[in-house]
This record gives sequence, C-alpha cells and structure tokens, in this order.
Amino acid sequence: MKGFRYLRDATTLELHESACIGCGRCLDVCPHLVFCLSDKKARITDRDACMECGACRRNCPADAISVDAGVGCASGIINEWLRERKIRGVGGGCCS
Amino acid sequence: MIYLVPPGLYAIGAPAPDDPVVVTANYKMSYDIVRQALSGRNVWLLVLETFGINVWCAAGKGTFGTDELVRRIEATGLAGVVTHRRLLLPILGAPGVAAHEVKRRTGFTVHYATIRAADLAEYLDNGMVTTPAMRELTFTFSERLALVPVELVQALKPATVIILCLFLIGYLFWTPIAGLKASLAYLGAMLTGVAVGPMLLPWLPGRGFSIKGAVTGLAWSAAWYLLAGGNGWGWPVTAAAFIALPAVSAFHTLNFTGCSTYTSRTGVKKEMRLSMPAMGGAIAVSLLLLLAGRFL
Repeated sequence: MKGFRYLRDATTLELHESACIGCGRCLDVCPHLVFCLSDKKARITDRDACMECGACRRNCPADAISVDAGVGCASGIINEWLRERKIRGVGGGCCS
Repeated sequence: MIYLVPPGLYAIGAPAPDDPVVVTANYKMSYDIVRQALSGRNVWLLVLETFGINVWCAAGKGTFGTDELVRRIEATGLAGVVTHRRLLLPILGAPGVAAHEVKRRTGFTVHYATIRAADLAEYLDNGMVTTPAMRELTFTFSERLALVPVELVQALKPATVIILCLFLIGYLFWTPIAGLKASLAYLGAMLTGVAVGPMLLPWLPGRGFSIKGAVTGLAWSAAWYLLAGGNGWGWPVTAAAFIALPAVSAFHTLNFTGCSTYTSRTGVKKEMRLSMPAMGGAIAVSLLLLLAGRFL
C-alpha cells in the first residue's frame, strides 16, 4: 500500500507455482497488489505487502496458495493469548 | 439503534431482469453506503446475513462467505429474477467467498468489483472493468482520523481505572498534586498513543506500530516535562517519566494494528512478542525509580 510498510518477512504466504493454472484470480482479490502474472503463471512480486487476509487462498481454484489467514490485530491476539491461558480477557476482540 | 438490515434481495431504482446484481453485508452502514453510491441507477442489491457486521470483518469470520451467498441466492430465487448470471462483490469480501465454488454450486459468476462502494458507479460505467485504483487499498489521514474516536472510547474504560490508581498512589505516597500530575501525564501518553500515533502513522519512523507510538510518547514526555515544571522533578521522576510514558503510547498505537489495513497476523504477533516485554519492563523500571526516589 502506498506510503505504508509493515514488518519485513512477516507473512506465511506461499505460492506453489507448479500447481498454478494462471487464472489470475489472486490478482483480482488481493487488495495489496502482491501478485503479478507472467508466462501464464502467478508470481509473488511484493510478498511483504501481504496482510494474510486469505482472499487469494480462498479463491484459488487450483489450491496453489497457502497462507495462515487471520486478522492482524493486537487486542484480538492478546485476548487469544488470555483465552489459551484460561484468563478472562478484559477487552473485546476486533470487529466485535 | 438498529444496525441490521434484513437479508434478502432489494431493488435500487426499478431494475430489470438484465440489470446488475450487487452483493453486500447486512450492516446498516454498508447497505446505506452502497445504496447511496448507486442512487439514480437500476441495480439489484443482494444483502447477505452477516449479523450486522461489515463486509471486511464478516469475510474474515466467514459469515460473508460462500455458504451464505449460495443460501441467499437460493432463498431469494435470484436465478428466476435475473436473466444473467453475474454477481458483483466487494473485493474485501473475497477472504470469505470462493468464487469458483459459488459458480459450481449456483451457476453464478462472481466478479470482484471494487474495494470501495463509492467506486461502484464508475465501475459500472467502465463496462464492469476494475481499474488499478479501484483495487488498491488506502489508509488516508481522514480514514485514520475517523477510526480514532472508536479507539478512544474503547481505551477510556481501562484508562479511567489506571488514572484513579495513579492518583491514589500519588496522593498516598507523595502529595495530591503529585497524584494529579501522574494521572495527567498518563492520560496525555494514552491520548498520544490512541490519536497522535495513528494520525501521523506514515510519517513516523520505524515499521512497527509500537516504535511509532514510542516516538510520539517521547515527544509527549518532553512536552509534559516543559508543561509540568520538570526542572523541579529530580532525576528519578524525570527518568521514570521518559521511560514509562513512551511505553504507554507505544501500547496504544500498537493496538491500532486492529484498525489498520496492512498489518499481517504473523507480523503483529512478531511485533508483540518483541515489544510487550519491553513495555512491561519500562513500566516496572519506572515504578522502581519512583519508589527508590521516594523512599531511599
């Protein structure tokens, strides 16, 4: 996204090019322009821009993409950690 | 206030069987924005049951998802209402909807149209072709500013408790004025982290939100030092202020990752693992400094 950059190398996104059929769906759904199409195959051009929303994986008809999708939200992660330790969270999660 | 719209098929204007079908969530605001963006046109609006949650968050949870879309297409008898087999979906709904599955199960082809509803009219006029601008997320100053009040309301409840505690501690071990000053110093650091950090986000140094927050917190520490007569503080209090206040701001700006549109889950976890112990350590060191300055 123009003007914004989060941490380097902090995404679980993987593209398995051998499985890719080059349909270009991932380009349609990615809001961060992570993919491009060349030689009838999708390629990752901007991996660090990925926010792990999982839209590409969900819409890949060839199952060529893997990503551990989730919301990058600090209070949500704190609540998750609290729940794992069976402590009641004080705040709400993201998106209520 | 009711934020839900009953799910189903709605008409904007007087749509004919060959007019486009736009899909949205049943969050009242989503529904209103889409209707407003398409006013004066003839469009079908298919509203999914997302339990009053916006498209982006509902897609993440899966309620704005393949199953609900398929169910709603069948429940509304859409195939008998329109002659074409095209659905226009918001791009931010894609994390929940598998277009190829919808096609297989209903015969309808999903087109991911635009990110913003405001671009829908232009998309339709553009022959239903998404331009690069319609596909690109933004996080402008005004978009960030609009999120600050929500964050502020959420931060206020725990902040009130902390302010009262700080005041009591200052009152009991020092003076009422000291208690008041400690509360105000904290309040300023909280507001800095909740409001200033997010507003200045792209211009602050560092990639991590906690770093950006700490920088603004440091500026607040300096401002508070000047405002509250810091030259009379003594070094333990001064050091404590410059260590604790940036940590408070850093925490609150880190929380803004939940509002941002570009932080990955892996990244936020990584940042939290690094920054949370640092923040906790900073608070602990500051408390020790204050107590040492008071009792030793």
